[in-house]
Amino acid sequence: MKKHLLIIALVVLTARVSAGDWTGFRGPHGNGVSDEVGLPVNLDIEKHIAWKVALPGKGLSSPLVLGDRVFVTVSGGTRQDRLQIICLSSIDGSVIWHRQFWAMGSTMCHSKTSIAAPTPVTDGVSLFAIFSSNDIFCLDLNGNLKWLRGLTVDYPNARNSLGMASSLVLANDVLVAQVENDSESFVVGLDKGSGSNLWKINRPKSANWTTATVNKSKFGKDQVFLQSGEGIHAIDPENGNMVWHYSDGASTIPSSVLKGNMLYVPSQGLTALELSKDGKTFKQKWRSGRLRPGTASPLAYRNHIYSLNNAGVLACADIESGKRLWQLRLDGPFGGSPVVAENHLYVFSEEGLAQVVDLTAPEGNISGKMDLGEMIQCSPAVANGAIYVRSNSSIWKIARKIRF
Amino acid sequence: MKHTQILLAFLLAVLGNYESSQSADDEFARSVSTLRNVGSEGEGNVAASQAMEYLSNSGKEAIPSLLFEMNGANPFAANYLRGAVEVIFNKNLKEGGSLPLVALGEFLLNKSHDTKPRAMAFDLIKRTDAGVANRLIPGFLGDPSVDLRREAIAMLLIKASGLVKENKKSAAVLMYRQALDAARDLDQIQTISSELRELGRNVNLTKHFGFLTNWNLVGPFHNKGRAGFEEVFGPEKNFSLDAQYKSNNGDITWKQYSTDDEYGMVDFNEPYGALKEVTGYARTTFISSSDRPAELRLGCKNAWKIWLNGELVFGRDEYHRGMRIDQYKLPIQLNKGTNIILVKACQNEQKEEWTVQWQFQLRVCDSTGTAIHSYSKPVSKVAAK
Repeated sequence: MKKHLLIIALVVLTARVSAGDWTGFRGPHGNGVSDEVGLPVNLDIEKHIAWKVALPGKGLSSPLVLGDRVFVTVSGGTRQDRLQIICLSSIDGSVIWHRQFWAMGSTMCHSKTSIAAPTPVTDGVSLFAIFSSNDIFCLDLNGNLKWLRGLTVDYPNARNSLGMASSLVLANDVLVAQVENDSESFVVGLDKGSGSNLWKINRPKSANWTTATVNKSKFGKDQVFLQSGEGIHAIDPENGNMVWHYSDGASTIPSSVLKGNMLYVPSQGLTALELSKDGKTFKQKWRSGRLRPGTASPLAYRNHIYSLNNAGVLACADIESGKRLWQLRLDGPFGGSPVVAENHLYVFSEEGLAQVVDLTAPEGNISGKMDLGEMIQCSPAVANGAIYVRSNSSIWKIARKIRF
Repeated sequence: MKHTQILLAFLLAVLGNYESSQSADDEFARSVSTLRNVGSEGEGNVAASQAMEYLSNSGKEAIPSLLFEMNGANPFAANYLRGAVEVIFNKNLKEGGSLPLVALGEFLLNKSHDTKPRAMAFDLIKRTDAGVANRLIPGFLGDPSVDLRREAIAMLLIKASGLVKENKKSAAVLMYRQALDAARDLDQIQTISSELRELGRNVNLTKHFGFLTNWNLVGPFHNKGRAGFEEVFGPEKNFSLDAQYKSNNGDITWKQYSTDDEYGMVDFNEPYGALKEVTGYARTTFISSSDRPAELRLGCKNAWKIWLNGELVFGRDEYHRGMRIDQYKLPIQLNKGTNIILVKACQNEQKEEWTVQWQFQLRVCDSTGTAIHSYSKPVSKVAAK
């Protein structure tokens, strides 16, 4: 009996992330791909808004979804120095808890962005939220503060007057914070239980807003790909040691995406790197200057790669060769990245226009549009048969009525 | 005999309760102390996590004590304590329990407490009873907390605007003047000055903020490959106004410079032209009436360093990522009498239109942003080269 109880307890304690949860920037795999089915494809504002809730501050971080809870960060106050983490019910949008903290680092940023720009991450037990001020808060799922860090207090020149945006990632239970800027530029690996430094490495002295990509290993040895103007540095998350370096440069805004053993890097347009089985090397498979992404990160889905440029043109290419197959003009501009589920790509323009592209159509087809009427710059979350998206003042759940 | 047993049992119970209460007080104090001892790089976080569990389970009566413990706390500790207050407050609010409004109000009204916990006390009162909070607002006009005085100014602006609409312009002007005197936030100051100017009154924003407008400049030194930021040029070794320095352009000396920009912009491009990959220095004298703590508040989109009386205060090598008033707040200690402020500003190689600026704005103020003015204008009679 005791043995059974122990097993049940272990399952409860360790397996809180379910397959359909959205646990970090661009989802559980950091690639914007969801296994959800039954999402609305011909959007209708009368039929498909399950709920809309006002937020008490600004932000462009993505919501996270864990079971029936939605987590979102915002920044408020005159100086944007009130950092807030809110937990909502995914059922009806009601507030389950709401916590506020004082910013410890700089709250200066470009007027278009916000202090709540980076997306939090969760392991299903704790929520790790970072803000542009380089403040990190670890809370349990009931909103109890477990630990905090003020990285700009510790490292006073770690800041960017335009704002920071790199989201946190978890790899081998190490919380990786990318704090790259023109001055005191670094990446730090934190013990997720205590927030203390496990390692800290210097990084190129240049502003960078990308989020690291994690190659999760079935055999227990993850790898983290850090993207910057100097290309990609693959590092071991347990000690920060560099494994390999792709040195042809890369964008500092859209992030790379991983599919299988292929890493698609916004570099010289878009460059596909094939990773060796042992993870120690890579080789370039193809490169295309015609697939250069704008602000949005690329999507690798099934046999295709999708790239959205700054003119709002979505390009689809063969994933094996990088050969462009078709292009489709969407209504941009786009500050957030697209997501995909069940052969449909979902993306929200800065004007607040939701657009769905049917990827099964020979040259892509816009199957649905819906004007949410507020500036949206976040990458949406997909979970529980619904899409969650936020603006500077609201968060929406979009689903078929059956999912309300 | 029976009575003696009852009395003994009673005494033991009282003693037990006393000990239990004493032990709870000790645990509370220990937990608070643990939070206050959290240091940099996550030091003390593990113990803090345990302390948070204990404190977050405290009753609502603990809220004023936790706010009190924020006095003098470092930013980590203040946030931990805030986290505990948030949990207790929200739990109580959800359960429909009353909150210690009087104790919170008394804490708020005691200006000897730090500004952050006082502003938080106001926020908790507002979330509990907006009516009570609103009645307190007029008293915040000269408050040391910028957040609290902002509330009072906002209220005053509504009233002043009403007076304008009623055509009571004289009364409106005086109310706007009162608001301006108290205002420390740029947006409110700009709103008020615009209204006053609309009403035909003069506003001296340079003086209100306390921007330093009289300087001596020397340059250009090089900043090839952005190396000038680290390189120690002549003015860092000897900032005497009669010094002469070697540069790529030959010998250079200090030039007098004054800015009439309302926001005190010191523009190196004015005397030297729109140069690239160069370094300039600006020097001014500030006369303080006493030895006192103060802040240097800088806005600059170039790489910069600042020295006070020959001691480096801070430096930052970021270029063209943005600039605003009070971008950097640097705590300093002014000496009674003459203080020398030296600013180094480096321009980089970028060619875009938005990278032309080679400038900064600097003011001296207290921690609330209230301008501290130099006792008298520095006199520096150095002939321009």
